[in-house]
Amino acid sequence: MHVLPNILFVVLLGGAAFWFSKNVGRIRRNILLGRDIDRSDKASKRRANMFRVAFGQSKMQARPIAGILHFIIYVSFLIINIEVLEIVIDGIFGTHRFFASFLGRAYDTLISFFEILAVATIITAIIFWWRRNIGKLDRFHKPEMKGWPFKDANIILYIEVGLMIALLNMNAVEENFSSNEHSFLVSHLIAPIWSGLSVQSLHIVERLFWWIHITGILAFLNYLPFSKHFHIILAFPNTYYANLEAKGKFTNNATVTKEVKLMMDPSADPFAAPAPETETAPEKFGAKDANDLSWINLLNAYTCTECGRCTSECPANLTGKKLSPRKIMMDTRDRIDEIGKNIEHNGQFIEDNKSLLGDYISKEELWACTSCNACVQACPVDIDPLNIIMQLRNFATMEESSAPAELNAMMTNVENNGAPWPFSQMDRANWINE
Amino acid sequence: MTTFSVPTLAQMNASGEAPEILFWVGCAGSFDDRAKKITKAMAKILHHSGVSFAVLGTEEGCTGDPAKRAGNEFLFQMQALMNIEVLNGYGVKNIVTTCPHCFNTLKNEYPELGGNYKVEHHSQFLNNLMKQGRLKVEGGQFKGKKITFHDPCYLGRANDEYEAPRALLQKLDIELTEMKRCKQNGLCCGAGGAQMFKDAEKGEAEINHVRADEALESKAEIVVAGCPFCNTMLTDGIKIREKEEEVQVLDLAEMIALAEDL
Repeated sequence: MHVLPNILFVVLLGGAAFWFSKNVGRIRRNILLGRDIDRSDKASKRRANMFRVAFGQSKMQARPIAGILHFIIYVSFLIINIEVLEIVIDGIFGTHRFFASFLGRAYDTLISFFEILAVATIITAIIFWWRRNIGKLDRFHKPEMKGWPFKDANIILYIEVGLMIALLNMNAVEENFSSNEHSFLVSHLIAPIWSGLSVQSLHIVERLFWWIHITGILAFLNYLPFSKHFHIILAFPNTYYANLEAKGKFTNNATVTKEVKLMMDPSADPFAAPAPETETAPEKFGAKDANDLSWINLLNAYTCTECGRCTSECPANLTGKKLSPRKIMMDTRDRIDEIGKNIEHNGQFIEDNKSLLGDYISKEELWACTSCNACVQACPVDIDPLNIIMQLRNFATMEESSAPAELNAMMTNVENNGAPWPFSQMDRANWINE
Repeated sequence: MTTFSVPTLAQMNASGEAPEILFWVGCAGSFDDRAKKITKAMAKILHHSGVSFAVLGTEEGCTGDPAKRAGNEFLFQMQALMNIEVLNGYGVKNIVTTCPHCFNTLKNEYPELGGNYKVEHHSQFLNNLMKQGRLKVEGGQFKGKKITFHDPCYLGRANDEYEAPRALLQKLDIELTEMKRCKQNGLCCGAGGAQMFKDAEKGEAEINHVRADEALESKAEIVVAGCPFCNTMLTDGIKIREKEEEVQVLDLAEMIALAEDL
């Protein structure tokens, strides 16, 4: 009878770990549906970038208010996890406040510090909730935030507040025990509200808060893979694998290089049959669907926490155009998720006559981009929406020939006379004598 | 008409000479009436500072930037490989350009295709000339004037160069005032990504009008750009707000040429 809670706890913990790893595995599989690109280079530079941007939150601080508030919750999360470790140990072995046995007096100081962080988290979460729901910050109310994304954000805040309240009250109830040996800074102040309970009720309520807290944490863990909040994990690999080159450098397509070189080679035989070994399916130029994108693009999509800093810096969005870099990321994630589900249900991908370009992202959005990199600069976790936009443009222009007419005219000029306007190349040096 | 000769690489090559730099003029700089003034100002500064330079003239072609940004990788690489053939044929090592789009493409996207050069935006090159003492500039007519600098996306965020143009302007004893969005957060003029060549999508405002408003809010008397496209966009924006009498839009090269009475 005495070991029943321990068994229950181990089952709960095991179940939570199992579900979580299963869903993380599902996301991993979806990400790997993307085209392969090599980011295995520059390990030390990548580590430094991850340390600075994800761990050190350097880009968050571009907006000091949100930056500092986020830092508080982030630090609380990292540090309070030490206590979660204790709870897990207690839960498995039936101990009580395992760390107290060898930390002595320092234990009370440590938990008091955790409690201060818990209060800071509650206050911060309330401010965040206010900013979203009452403060009416424009970036939280764009069209792509309607419905689930908006709810998701609030659910996260409610869970965080709930967990912290459970933690504080668990300690507060315990302070009323006759056997109590501890006193912590914050729960000491709340303790009197529970003083009216009988000895038996006190023990029941204390256990109740203990269980609420730990099941809450395990439930939250399993909520992550279905939520924008998954960024707390993916921010690290995402910044590690981020593009470290100049933002203006766009990738050159190697297949195109081969073809153009062949075209320009005066000794190439125009009537030559293609070499037999090259007779694989012709490569598609650019990206039409989410799985034409690279795995980095898809990792980006799952990392996005929909903060909207990109969209609020986007010149197209600022001037009322449909383009929203955040929506590009959300659409990419939703579409690859859909493809993943399709594969799960059917064993393999069964054509659903949908694609990222067209069904999720419209041409109007695509052509509104100025490639200014403001979105890339703004992202606190190094997501690159521009890279996706350019791959979709590659497809629209090279596979569908569906670029806007004015751009086609511009490109005809470049092709015919080496300038985007219809001026003769022979007149290029006229300015010298004008 | 320039009072000095601007040789082409072909001419220099024929007489067995090699210039210190190739001045990459770009399409706007070659054909756009407003941008040609920037080109001439730059040529004057180079001549004035005794830099031996040449242009490609009729052998220069679009770098392919607008084609690539419009999604046409094929056309981009055709342009790139043709240009690289010409540049490598002359053994070009140093390129300076007044267009950040050319600068970005030549610097970042040509190396993989076989074009390896030291490429500088004119703000960087001129700043170095000053550091070396080869170009000396004093305030002249701009002394004490309130001036703001608009960061071109392809110089700033795309290549992390924010200081060279500002260092250059500071030499003119001006009062540098920043717009509310500047440097890393600078607002695009609206021309990049091949937008220059098409109408904007439906929206509530034009990007260049919004940027012009920000420039006007800075109370600057002169808005300085470092890109021929930004220059056009901002000039148009300021005209729409009917402030063209009070506020001028000038390129960095024009500022220096004017300060020096070139």
